[in-house]
Amino acid sequence: MVRFVARRLVGMITVLFAVSLIVFVVFMVLPKQNPAQSLAGKNATPLLVKSIEEEWGFDESLPQQYLTMMERVFTGELIQYEPRIPVSDRVIEGIPATFSLTIGAAAIWLFFGLLLGYLSAVRAGGWLDRILTGVSIAGISIPVFLLAPVLIYVFANKLEILPNGQYVPFSEDPTEWLKHLILPWITLAVLSIGFYSRVLRSNMLDVMNEDYVRTARAKGLSERQVMTRHVLRNSLIPVITLFGLDFGATIAGTAIITEVIFSIDGIGNYAAEGVGKFELPPIMGVALYGAFFVVLLNTIVDVVYAYLDPRVRLGETASS
Amino acid sequence: MSAPLLSVKDLRVGFATEEGVVQAVDGVNFDLAPGEVVAIVGESGSGKSVTAQTIIGLTRANNARIEGSVKLGGEELTNAGDAAMRRLRGERIAMVFQDPMTSFNPVYRLGDQIVEAIRAHRPDTSKKQGRQRVVELFEAVGIPDAGRRVDDYPHEFSGGMRQRAMIAMALALEPEVLIADEPTTALDVTIQAQILGLIEDLNREHNLATILITHDLGVVAEVADRVLVMYAGKVVEQGTLDEIFYDPQHPYTWGLLGSLTRLDRPRPHRLPQIAGSPPSLLDLPEGCPFRPRCPHEFSKCPQYPGLEARLPDSSDHCDRCWLTPEEKREKRMVEGQIGLEAPRQVGRA
Repeated sequence: MVRFVARRLVGMITVLFAVSLIVFVVFMVLPKQNPAQSLAGKNATPLLVKSIEEEWGFDESLPQQYLTMMERVFTGELIQYEPRIPVSDRVIEGIPATFSLTIGAAAIWLFFGLLLGYLSAVRAGGWLDRILTGVSIAGISIPVFLLAPVLIYVFANKLEILPNGQYVPFSEDPTEWLKHLILPWITLAVLSIGFYSRVLRSNMLDVMNEDYVRTARAKGLSERQVMTRHVLRNSLIPVITLFGLDFGATIAGTAIITEVIFSIDGIGNYAAEGVGKFELPPIMGVALYGAFFVVLLNTIVDVVYAYLDPRVRLGETASS
Repeated sequence: MSAPLLSVKDLRVGFATEEGVVQAVDGVNFDLAPGEVVAIVGESGSGKSVTAQTIIGLTRANNARIEGSVKLGGEELTNAGDAAMRRLRGERIAMVFQDPMTSFNPVYRLGDQIVEAIRAHRPDTSKKQGRQRVVELFEAVGIPDAGRRVDDYPHEFSGGMRQRAMIAMALALEPEVLIADEPTTALDVTIQAQILGLIEDLNREHNLATILITHDLGVVAEVADRVLVMYAGKVVEQGTLDEIFYDPQHPYTWGLLGSLTRLDRPRPHRLPQIAGSPPSLLDLPEGCPFRPRCPHEFSKCPQYPGLEARLPDSSDHCDRCWLTPEEKREKRMVEGQIGLEAPRQVGRA
């Protein structure tokens, strides 16, 4: 298992290296425009452009340019120039809000997705299954940019029981933190709840036909033991994979729309702002940040997967 | 003779489908005494596996209709509650399945899966005691290095070893009845012999009543005491091993016997086979369902005879064929041995 994890970590670093190369090529090498001009922003003075050109060494060889870029990324010298703030500061500032939003939403969607999927599968064909199927399809079908305004209209404007947005740090006021996040959480989770319950249901129905489930019954396990220890346990393996990827993608950018609609000052909002103002440093910074979390979550998924399914631990002997 | 341990009477199992009711099992009768091996033989879809799974209540479903009676030690099982059936599975009747590759859950250690079976019935067994028991069982079924291999996952076992582990699991609670559903079909021939030998030994040592389900008459000849031949959900012939092998009464049995390869006979230039394929259970021919494939079909065949003893000297040897014993004795000989003639050519222009 240790060797397996070590191998995955090496793989992770390799992928991150590849991603940084792609970022470099896409933003620095391919565009016809002078990269210093893009970095400086739309209204930059020629003086600023000149100084950026020198700092980044755009007259040197490409490998040297890449090294300079990576050095600046790691030392916090990737800077946005209007106003002049290091990108890393803004990303770190945005992390509490983005993580509160995404981790909370992920916990909600995983819990309800699995619960509804399990109930649906155990009662497959019955009335409960039919109702849950309808609910899931509805959840999958409602787009975030429609759901969010409707939720705001109903709960914030009409009923006035929840605030219509903004983010209150947990350290400031935990109750307000929770109240402010409920609607964004629901917005972000609804689609995935529907999707995950469908996926789990169909996995479970497949697994129920497996020979080892018949064996489990034949050895005298109760129906609940058969369902949880054998059917659910084995059906979770693909769901965990999906969850890792989705969660990584949500942290990296899927939450942008929700953050913008609810005016949550997270990384998604920062990225949207950067794109809107056509500023290169925030876009590069968020791209690298997003890639890091997608790759990290992928690696975690691989390790968890190996833990859940012993057949995945390839190239290992039984004793290790 | 003492009361049988397991007694199956007029067992009928039907499944409602969109195209109609599939009568998968239609009137199966047999008794099973401790230490006895009854083999149920037939092609795929003949109802042999459904019979076995119905005995331990695994065919219960909303669309299943189960009639008749299955008694274990006098206790009726067909209408027993789910909890009662659960207590009985693994504890009194254990089952070994066909494909050892897929019959264990791939994500748990083999030892843990067997401990799970033990603890389902004896909740006060500690994990350590359970593990100790599994080591004993692995040794009993001939798995080498048992102490280490209990912690292996199924994919780390070969097919034959996995089937041994399957048998170990079936024996874990010292059941009275063992149902082996094609236990050797997925294994290669040398391993088959080992597994059959193992089942035979255990059957003798533990006085285990065994139902052996197979399509392989070679397997039957090794271990069975009595044989039921099934075709399209019905028993077409049943009797002792010797009766079935040396004095078979039903043309279908002749066909099965004739298609065995034998090393003690000259090699036929072509391996004999039964022409055609089994009928759909949704669209059975009138009368004898074997009629369309049978070269000896005659005027009485559109009516299906009951399963009766038709020989003067045996009351246990029953079959469902209208031919007289003399006719059967004559017609079953093909080139000096028992077999089924090639079918008459019909409708060839």
